[in-house]
Amino acid sequence: MSALRILVPVKRVIDYAVKPRVNKAQTGVETAGVKHSMNPFDELSVEESVRIREKKSAPGGVEDICVISAGPPKAADVLRTAMAMGADRGIHVDVKEGEDLEPLSVAKLLKAVVDKEKSNLVILGKQSIDDDAAQTGQMLAGLLGWPQATQASKVTFGAGDTVEVTKEVDGGAETVRAKLPMVITTDLRLNEPRYASLPNIMKAKKKPLVKMSLSDLGIANERRLKIVKVTEPPPREGGGKVEDVDGLISKLKELGAI
Amino acid sequence: MLFSTASRTVLRGVGSVPRSTSTLSSPFNINSPSALRRLLSSLAVLEQRDGKLNHGSLSAITAAKKLGGSIHGFVAGSNIKPVAEEAAKVEGVEKIIAVDNAAYDKGLPENFAPLLVENIKKGGYTHIIAGHTAFGKSLLPRVAALLDSQQISDITAIENENTFVRPIYAGNAIATVESSDPIKVITIRGTAFPAAEAQGGSATIEDGVDPNVEISVEWVSEDLAKSDRPDLATAGRVVSGGRGLKSKEDFDKIMLPLADSLGAAVGASRAAVDSGYADNSLQVGQTGKVVAPQLYLAVGISGAIQHLAGMKDSKVIAAINKDAEAPIFQVADVGLVGDLFDKVPELTEKLKSS
Repeated sequence: MSALRILVPVKRVIDYAVKPRVNKAQTGVETAGVKHSMNPFDELSVEESVRIREKKSAPGGVEDICVISAGPPKAADVLRTAMAMGADRGIHVDVKEGEDLEPLSVAKLLKAVVDKEKSNLVILGKQSIDDDAAQTGQMLAGLLGWPQATQASKVTFGAGDTVEVTKEVDGGAETVRAKLPMVITTDLRLNEPRYASLPNIMKAKKKPLVKMSLSDLGIANERRLKIVKVTEPPPREGGGKVEDVDGLISKLKELGAI
Repeated sequence: MLFSTASRTVLRGVGSVPRSTSTLSSPFNINSPSALRRLLSSLAVLEQRDGKLNHGSLSAITAAKKLGGSIHGFVAGSNIKPVAEEAAKVEGVEKIIAVDNAAYDKGLPENFAPLLVENIKKGGYTHIIAGHTAFGKSLLPRVAALLDSQQISDITAIENENTFVRPIYAGNAIATVESSDPIKVITIRGTAFPAAEAQGGSATIEDGVDPNVEISVEWVSEDLAKSDRPDLATAGRVVSGGRGLKSKEDFDKIMLPLADSLGAAVGASRAAVDSGYADNSLQVGQTGKVVAPQLYLAVGISGAIQHLAGMKDSKVIAAINKDAEAPIFQVADVGLVGDLFDKVPELTEKLKSS
């Protein structure tokens, strides 16, 4: 049974509790001075990796948990957070603010890192809550030619490098089995991410964090999609309140809803 | 006097400019859109389960029609003929490409993606379209990577053959993006493109190429929630329960009769799902289902932005919540402040008797 070398890509995004505002130039969302944090699905990926080690659920054990993020200097913050949660080390691929990579470029970058780090399991979030694309994990699996299990709600390891994953699908759940190496993307129900404790935050500062550039990995930031404009969605006006159930029914009738 | 002279001058100026530009530009404007449209061809990836066509997936054909150009449909699985015949009845579809092979029954991307890629290359399609469903989400990015194309996910509108509109940031912003890829790989939001009806058409059915790639994953089992109620994603009415329901027993006792009195599908907020009141597959929101029914009735749901992302395009939103300050009331067309344990059973009774 192979020891696991897990790669966990994490993304720094606008905090999920913040209501994003479109910028004046209509080129994107206002990010300056806005609270950022780790994409919530990526927290689940980090948590799952650490649990696999702690619970010794993989017969071959966990040799390495490496977190990686491509982004501006502040992306290092989310890598530190992931290391405080239990990841062993981090790779920060420096990308200038405002020059975000498209999912296909991220998948190519990750493929290069997988080859370099000899990873045999990549655990990603099912989507990032900023672009909502839900593509990177599947693209990476396609480029590597590895099996993929998306929207995982349960991951178990068996003999002979097998991994069984229960996935959330329309209408319920589906279970698939594959052999390492593979790509898994996490869904909300997979686990409950831990908070990093203060001692672990301090320890994480000493863990290795390697900085790289796209060119170190032989990747160019090639954009295929041009953002023509970004606008606010049409506002929805609340229609006021009614006093009682009869008022509710008659208003719904008036609106043609029942 | 001065004013009228000025405006006349302006008018003259305006009048002369278009004349000169129109003569200048006409040689360059040899109807390029229609010339492109002749080359444009779309492949709609259709879903099937147990030999039955998933009619929701016919939304992909609606989107293809908006693009213009020729439209082919794609289906694969065992005994695929009846599915292909049904899909062939959709008006405007020229051809259904069918691959009869049980290896594709479960729609696993490990062999379905190479299968699609072979057929895309053979057909020379410019646009590949599938629903942003569990199947489409897991399959299409893999296809896009194999084609070296940057996918455009979950689009809600088509501006032209290169330009698409999609919500980002949980629907808090709407992005218009232009793709420079020769093959556009697209998933569509079902609620933005109504499913094409399977009638009026007579497409030919053709066997697709089958690379029969060895599959690296094994399908083990599935556990699908059984329900006689309408499907959440396509229902005309949805009643959705949140944390306010307090327990699974109460959720079932309160929400199910309400749903039945309206002939509605049942949805839930993430809080209700995480607390085990309702099945995961019922979650409405940014990371669950996106619905846009005629009526969305939110019961005991506060209205977090992640939830609103999944339902704010509903025609009519109604809310019952005991907290008059709950954000859900800012988007609801009609709100009732009160204890859902009193109000909902009363509503259910009155709907039944009316």
